[in-house]
Amino acid sequence: MLEIKELDITVDNREILQDINLSIKEGETHVLFGPNGSGKTTLLMAIMGSAKYRVTRGSIMFKGRDIVGLTLDERARLGIGISLQRPPVIRGVKTRDVMTACMREQTDGENIDRMAEKAKMTELMDREINYGFSGGEIKRSELMQLLAQNPDLALLDEPESGVDLVNIALIGELINELLKKEHPIRDRRHAGFIITHTGHILDYVNARTGYVLLNGRIVCEGDPHEILETIKSKGYENCRKCAS
Amino acid sequence: MRKLEPDKKLKERAKKSLSKPALLGEDIDLNRYDHAADELDYQNEPARLPEQTRERMLQVGVILDRNNRRSGTIIQMDHSVVHSQAKQDGIELMGTNQAREKYDWLSDYLWKAVAVDSDKYTAHVELNQGNGYFVRALPGSKTIYPVQACLYLAKKNLAQNVHNIIIAEEGSELHIITGCTTAPKEEEGLHLGVSEFYVKRGARVSFTMIHNWAPGIAVRPRTGIVVEEGGVFLSNYIIMKPVRSVQAYPVARCVGDDAVVRFSSIVVASPGSDMDIGSRVILNAKRARTEIISRAITIGGNIIARGCIEGNAPEVKGHLECRGLILRGGGTIHAVPELKGTLAGIDLSHEAAVGKIAEEEVEYLMMRGLTRNEATAAIVRGFLRIDIEGLPPQLNQELQRAIEVSEKDVM
Repeated sequence: MLEIKELDITVDNREILQDINLSIKEGETHVLFGPNGSGKTTLLMAIMGSAKYRVTRGSIMFKGRDIVGLTLDERARLGIGISLQRPPVIRGVKTRDVMTACMREQTDGENIDRMAEKAKMTELMDREINYGFSGGEIKRSELMQLLAQNPDLALLDEPESGVDLVNIALIGELINELLKKEHPIRDRRHAGFIITHTGHILDYVNARTGYVLLNGRIVCEGDPHEILETIKSKGYENCRKCAS
Repeated sequence: MRKLEPDKKLKERAKKSLSKPALLGEDIDLNRYDHAADELDYQNEPARLPEQTRERMLQVGVILDRNNRRSGTIIQMDHSVVHSQAKQDGIELMGTNQAREKYDWLSDYLWKAVAVDSDKYTAHVELNQGNGYFVRALPGSKTIYPVQACLYLAKKNLAQNVHNIIIAEEGSELHIITGCTTAPKEEEGLHLGVSEFYVKRGARVSFTMIHNWAPGIAVRPRTGIVVEEGGVFLSNYIIMKPVRSVQAYPVARCVGDDAVVRFSSIVVASPGSDMDIGSRVILNAKRARTEIISRAITIGGNIIARGCIEGNAPEVKGHLECRGLILRGGGTIHAVPELKGTLAGIDLSHEAAVGKIAEEEVEYLMMRGLTRNEATAAIVRGFLRIDIEGLPPQLNQELQRAIEVSEKDVM
């Protein structure tokens, strides 16, 4: 579904990512680890197509098509969705308005209300989007919007950060619904690419592959649980040594 | 009979101020305009006014159909009140000149909320009486549907003078929608509108004004509001169409305990428009509260967005929110929020922001599948969305519709 080859990304003329190669097939969920500032968010934003993140080399293929020249909305309509770590507040634009946008043609008030209920967002639907939302509310709002968009590839930037333990199960449920975990593996079409710091989300999603991003390069690829254990016990320092 | 003596004094004060420039705004040369206009025929049936005229009136919220869900209608074209009819008990509606003849006590209200010698425009209105509307809600009367008033400038190069008196007697509820507009034309014109509001004890007034002028028209409204104990005054002002110059700075005085004033305004400046628009609230009584909210957008014109709250009594509270959006270059937005407190225990605050649309916000909505244009439109729509409390739902919907219609021009 997603095939990234030899990708270099610059932000404000500074090279942030170098020579990224990865491949996510239909139905797979991959996880991206890395210390602060290693370029994880940059990679997700580049896949989504934010103009600030410029591709200077390489390709991003989605469903067999090179999407590098496509705008954000074109990519969204092709089936890529993202949940941001720190989404902006848009004054005067209500959560419900954004949900309506997410659902496009299939807008249906009842449907929106059902999703809001599921994400425990009912009371925030008529509030300005992200204005005064708590950390957990932001995550639930982002995932609710993705559920409405129903993307084939969901990019999730730290969906569990700032979420308390009670809410994390709900976040896990929403992600699983997004990735259609209820379907048997061979029937699963939806793919996920998740940035995680704590790894808590691995308790809830069935991730197949993990990557470690260090200084803008993928230095390790393998079983995500194993990677997480290594990071937990030996820190990223060990990844650095291993990479060199 | 009218009290002639005070009237004479007023005229004298006005004469002395005929060349007194306003404190704010471009000085308008009154000699450039014609001051006389033909007396226009009274229309028993305003629905029979020419279609183009009705269309212009409709754009400013004045509906002339029989089933228009209005408590009354008054229309002034140039200097003539061409129609005036109250449809609900408890509402009095007529031209100000007629009210002067009918009620000798009206002099107790004329020039009491706005000083006749404020500037040359108020002086000019007093000395060249052109009429205006008088609306009075009798004690305890409550309207659900608004009274509608239309001030229409038809004659080329005319200076239209209007003096409006609005009285909400004790415990009454009154909603007014005023549409100010002009025949579709390119010529110049001037609208001088004095409005004096008296909101008595426990009364509640909402005043919604929509301006839809033309690129050659200059406008100098002069508005004063006096709110007594427990009274509520809500003002909504919308100007989204081209105009040459507007300078308005209504002043509300809360003179009774627990009085509430709220000003909301939406201002869009097209290329060639100069707008100096604000609101001032003076909190002179205990626990009086106010909120001033303004949204200014420039698509090439210049806006000075003012707001001033003065707290002079214990436990008063006021908030001023002034936000400006530069949608297209070539124009400026200058926000001037002012707070003045004269004693301890008052609570006044303001927030002001001027900028362009944040790219991050546009991208966020694009990530959800909106095109760049759709995302920008959604953000502008959100910017213009002011949740207006206290309006009847129908009036609120009409107001939102009026804003939505004009949004297209903004984009």
